[in-house]
Amino acid sequence: MELLSPASLEEAADCVRSAIADKAPLEILGAASKRGFGRPVDAVRQLTTAAMSGIVAYHPEELVLVARAGTHMDEIAAALEAKNQHLAFEPPDYGKLYPGDDAGTNRTGTLGGILATNLSGPRRFKAGAARDHFLGFTAVNGRGEIFKGGGPVVKNVTGYDLPKLLAGSFGTLAVMDEVTVKVLPRPEKTRTVLLYGLDAAAANAAMTKALTGPYDISAAAFLPKVLAEASTCDYVGAQGSVTALRVEGSGPVVAHHCAALRRDFGGETEELHSANSVTLWREIRDLSTFFDIDTILWRISVPPTHGAGVAASVAIDLPGANFLLDWGGGLIWLSLPADGGANAEKVRRTFQRCGGHATLVRAPESERRKAQVFEADGSRALTEDVKRSFDPERILNPGRMFEGV
Amino acid sequence: MLMPAPDQNTIADKARLAAALAELLPPESVIADPIALKAYESDGLTAYRQAPLLVTLPRTTAEVAAVLKFCAANRLKVVPRGAGTSLSGGALPLADGVVLGLGKLNKILEIDLENRCAVVQPGVPNLAISNAVAASGFYYAPDPSSQIACTIGGNVAENSGGVHCLKYGLTTNNLLGLEVVLINGEVVRFGGKHLDAAGYDLMGIMTGSEGLLGVVTEVTVRLLKRPETARALVAGFPSSEQAGAAVAAVIGAGIIPAGMEMMDRPAIHAAEDFVHADYPLDAEALLIVELDGPGIECDHLLNQVIGIVQANGASSLRVSESEAERLRIWAGRKAAFPAVGRISPDYYCMDGTIPRRRLPDVLKRMGELSQHYGLRVANVFHAGDGNLHPLILYDANKPGELEKAEHFGSDILRLCVEVGGVLTGEHGVGVEKRDLMPEMFSELDLAQQQRLKCAFDPDLLLNPGKVFPTLHRCAELGRMHVRGGALPHPELPRF
Repeated sequence: MELLSPASLEEAADCVRSAIADKAPLEILGAASKRGFGRPVDAVRQLTTAAMSGIVAYHPEELVLVARAGTHMDEIAAALEAKNQHLAFEPPDYGKLYPGDDAGTNRTGTLGGILATNLSGPRRFKAGAARDHFLGFTAVNGRGEIFKGGGPVVKNVTGYDLPKLLAGSFGTLAVMDEVTVKVLPRPEKTRTVLLYGLDAAAANAAMTKALTGPYDISAAAFLPKVLAEASTCDYVGAQGSVTALRVEGSGPVVAHHCAALRRDFGGETEELHSANSVTLWREIRDLSTFFDIDTILWRISVPPTHGAGVAASVAIDLPGANFLLDWGGGLIWLSLPADGGANAEKVRRTFQRCGGHATLVRAPESERRKAQVFEADGSRALTEDVKRSFDPERILNPGRMFEGV
Repeated sequence: MLMPAPDQNTIADKARLAAALAELLPPESVIADPIALKAYESDGLTAYRQAPLLVTLPRTTAEVAAVLKFCAANRLKVVPRGAGTSLSGGALPLADGVVLGLGKLNKILEIDLENRCAVVQPGVPNLAISNAVAASGFYYAPDPSSQIACTIGGNVAENSGGVHCLKYGLTTNNLLGLEVVLINGEVVRFGGKHLDAAGYDLMGIMTGSEGLLGVVTEVTVRLLKRPETARALVAGFPSSEQAGAAVAAVIGAGIIPAGMEMMDRPAIHAAEDFVHADYPLDAEALLIVELDGPGIECDHLLNQVIGIVQANGASSLRVSESEAERLRIWAGRKAAFPAVGRISPDYYCMDGTIPRRRLPDVLKRMGELSQHYGLRVANVFHAGDGNLHPLILYDANKPGELEKAEHFGSDILRLCVEVGGVLTGEHGVGVEKRDLMPEMFSELDLAQQQRLKCAFDPDLLLNPGKVFPTLHRCAELGRMHVRGGALPHPELPRF
């Protein structure tokens, strides 16, 4: 396979125009750390943003960072940390989910990759996803034209909000170069209250109570006993299931909220301070320790009060299923044994009544080719028309999201 | 303001079209009488007026779908309208177009506190949502200044902001789901009570699309717990540089206040004369900082902010010790627009965003423009996010003065773009800033946006003449190829 590595937007535009002329669709890559996410792309050439890398401008006091799409996330995180800031949506590192594609390095994925997949971590319900922090970009569309969208400042409503559309488009609409993101101060302190021994339904109810109460929770997750035992974090594995409630902010307020949580929820509780708290939420964010590498993984987004119910009905239907709840119950990570197949219809039937959608995040290539990996808001026709408006010749990542799109 | 040329055949066909629409809707939901139509001839940007051909006021999603299907079949242009509070002329009617008023879809359909959301119809006023859940300690965060009147449907169309969006985000960050009727009458849903789009983020692109992509008929909004307390401080500074430095230092210290507002000397004086909020009249710049959260957090952060403000040379400082005092601090800022209205027969409100570090330079150059045009200007500024609202003072009864104010305004927005900002932070492009779009976007940038428009509305029937300075037909955009950065068809009409 031919690998193209343009160093500028002009070069990227040349690559796209040649691809159109040669009728040779392109697979678009950053660090290829999440190449197994999505449908397989039938392309004869690959285009990587690897040579379009580096932080272009960083104005901490304007809450804005500009970097090129191929910049690795560890470089971004280090620059932000030096100024006591971060990307508030807690971008996950899925390097451990798709180990075969990490090309032998320990480096994280790219900023472009995080935006193109619109990922987020446990803070999602409070701080938003990648799309909520994506302000502007320059890019090449599938016609080989250089264009920009959004703007360079945190508050902007000039023209259509194209960054929203590019977020989560998996490289099917444009190849990005410079991207502008909103950055925010890191919380001064973080602590986590653990509630031990609840079943999934009781945990879901406890998380709802916490999220609708006066505790300013920034993350809420449930690990059943078998997954809690897989955690490397102190205090997490020893006492059955764990319901974890995270509080962040300035010192006095964090202590105040933790005390209130332990008082109001009773039962067996424990409190994780800085380092332990960070470890637990990194494990939940990156799914680095919970699921065997050969399992099939689904990511199911539902109304938060329905998480435990949906997970329970999947478990009844599909032997060998394992799950954890994040986002206060709104996100179900479901693992299924590899030999049983993805079971897309069965999985999606479980949340038909309450609403939601499921994404097949990890599965063997044959499964991803045949199962519907993503669902689509709106209608299939609208999805096709939107794709056509950026990429009429289907040159960019054809089929990565939907067959024929 | 040049709008697309009205189609005379359509205008001549008015009686038949009105009769046909009256078959689809209750008769009182179709307005054709010229006197009754006058009520719809402008929105909050009153400088521009145009009576529509007809107004329809559907009551249900099905009726909205029926109207749009009819309009598509008859090639009738459609201008969606909420409460008509747009400051950019987004709801300015067309002489050959139908205004689609969403005011009758005004019910709160469901409040689901456990899932922290509410499902509402588009005609529900912004503030009514917060009021409906206030007793349970919840609220809907985006708070545009027109929130008593403006509707949530209009907020979605404009991606409205407000004083608190630095901390809580714009409309787009506070939505979970939409029901939308497309121009062909098809009803589609984006999102729901769950997070993240399935497939392309069509809810994200609908939000802020100014009525050009579809008509919103149902909105699921995120509800937040109302912070336990809020405290504000007001500080005067001898210069805008020092006030700006204080704002940067607050954010640099890792504090994101609920609100952070600046006013310049003319705005301070106008507000103080009007509401007597005890603002320091000797200050060149005034800074209001509000912190919210549990009492213990407010006190902790407030102490830090006091230290920062003093270190940056504040000449006066007052901190709210009670809710009444907090409201008094805000009273002047919230009355700034009417206060300016008292000292001038008319004023024109602008809405650019700049990188905050360029503020002193922008204020200086705005002062020069003010001298050049011979018109006064007062500035209020959402300092945390750089969103600037210059108010240009003029007298519409003096011949030529409105035009002069408009030119002054355009120069200010050009200046915003020149220093690395944008044309509009929260009011939208509408007709007002339409012709300035090329200041910020190239032909190719605009062509890509218009191709996206074609994916939703291939016959360009939804709100034509807004946002884009040139009306390209969709087929022609598909064929268009670039030669040396320039597009063909220079002969196309521009308005």
